Amino acid sequence: MSTRPSMIGRFGLYAFLLVTAAFFAIPLLIVFLTALKDSDEARAASIFLLPGSPDFEAFRVAWLEACIGRECSGISGRFWNSVIITVLSTSISLLLASINGFALAMWDLRRGGLVLGLLLIGAFVPYQVMIYPLVRIFALGGMHQTLTAIVVVHVLFGLPILTLIFRNFYVGLPPELIKAGRVDGAGFFQIYRFIVMPMSLNVAIVAGIISVTGVWNDYLLGLIFAGPSWQPMTVSVASLSATASSGVPEHNVNMAATLLTALPPLLLYLVSGRYFVRGVTSGAVKG
Amino acid sequence: MKLRPRTVASLALVPTILLTVIGYYVSILWTVGLSFTPSRILPVARWAGFDMYERLFQTERWHVAYTNLYIFGGLYIGFCLIIGLGLAIALDQSVRGRSFFQTIFLYPVALSFIVTGLAWRWLLNPTTGLQDFVRGLGFESFTLDLLSSPDRAIFTLVIAGVWHSAGLTMVILFAGLQSIDQEIWQASRVDCIPRWRMYWHVVLPMLWPVVVTCLVLLGMQVVRSYDLVVVLTGGGPGYSTDVPAKFIVDHYFERQNVGLASAAATLLLLTVVALFVLVSILRRKGAAT
Repeated sequence: MSTRPSMIGRFGLYAFLLVTAAFFAIPLLIVFLTALKDSDEARAASIFLLPGSPDFEAFRVAWLEACIGRECSGISGRFWNSVIITVLSTSISLLLASINGFALAMWDLRRGGLVLGLLLIGAFVPYQVMIYPLVRIFALGGMHQTLTAIVVVHVLFGLPILTLIFRNFYVGLPPELIKAGRVDGAGFFQIYRFIVMPMSLNVAIVAGIISVTGVWNDYLLGLIFAGPSWQPMTVSVASLSATASSGVPEHNVNMAATLLTALPPLLLYLVSGRYFVRGVTSGAVKG
Repeated sequence: MKLRPRTVASLALVPTILLTVIGYYVSILWTVGLSFTPSRILPVARWAGFDMYERLFQTERWHVAYTNLYIFGGLYIGFCLIIGLGLAIALDQSVRGRSFFQTIFLYPVALSFIVTGLAWRWLLNPTTGLQDFVRGLGFESFTLDLLSSPDRAIFTLVIAGVWHSAGLTMVILFAGLQSIDQEIWQASRVDCIPRWRMYWHVVLPMLWPVVVTCLVLLGMQVVRSYDLVVVLTGGGPGYSTDVPAKFIVDHYFERQNVGLASAAATLLLLTVVALFVLVSILRRKGAAT
């Protein structure tokens, strides 16, 4: 725009942006500041005060010693639970979703639209409408509150959006790709593996970001389907209220644990930048 | 014998079809079915008609939870749209440091509602939190005990929710703004139309479909809102900040009242269906004008 905006307007614009930026930035900064304090300071002094002698002790305690229920071995175990659940769910989802997307986009299947429709309608149904029967189904199969159960539900609820993302990408590919493959006698999975898959890196990154943040940040499904032995980090941190042996609350440890839970998706966000934005906005397309 | 590739393509969809049909549709029908039974801890197959729905309507907690869906939803969606639109328009004025600002506005979207709730619970705690800070500035009688007030605790959910999701609205609307033909601005300059009038009369109507998309996304968050409530208010004080999602989970898994929970879940499903009819009307309205 080459019009010269007035100085006042310009000033107001930046003031608005800075104030809102502060609103968005301050909560996380406070959490971080609190985690750097010792427990007396975190309990007594205003949350806005800088820590007197900042250290990472609270992070160490949260990671290795904080008590969840009766067990006092920190949240590190839950961290690895979350990692395993996220890696398994994401890899299975991406594989299934890309095969689905490929089949739906490029093979002109009868009832392909119906399959996609069924999948997408399901995405709008609140989890609460489906969780109880799912619990019964897993219980029938003897899989209630196992790793299999939590991974299957994550794949189930992740499939619609991920399939849609892959399908929308593959729809834009030239159909000649497939024709060429078929002339050479390649079958469905050969074309998928050797022609389509190598072209899917970008879309797989976008879908992967959606899946990883979705699974990592999930609470409800982890609470119900993972059980105590596969409890993810979000579930344990939500019920974590660290107390010292003297019985006083250790807010610094709680905040350190909160921050550790936030860290993986936050790092993913900062590293992936534009891919993350694309993921968020392609999620919007489903509406 | 070799299968045709196209047959293989169909067969490749079978796992997904099975998963979807059983996971979604059998589950939904099962829940609706259970809502007509007097099931307590375990499902029983005895017909109870609309008994559970009658009980539900006599349950004070359900009324509070269902009303909260609209109070929380209306405020959350409203503020997300206003702030998101404001930020999107502001960033569209070729500001310096745009990607820096965008990074800050959007990062809460990457966080879980659990982290969001824990952070805001800490910020709003009455002894060392915001209230103490403002009092320290000299406003001795300032009280911000939102979390302990049954009437106002719901606003903490709105604040934390907007903090989490306004950035999402911003990027989506910003993408919409960027896709608008830049020539309209040249036209407006020729005609000496002020910028704000352009936004109000020309740009916003063009943005309508994107706004509807935001509505759908935010609406889904509202219906699903469970994590934030559990962590920030626990549904309290009392059950003043309860929401249907929490009501349902509590009655399924803690209060052992499967029939009642299923009735509530069915009503939530009907609500979503109704909202979708509304959205498709809104969308058609946008297309017509």
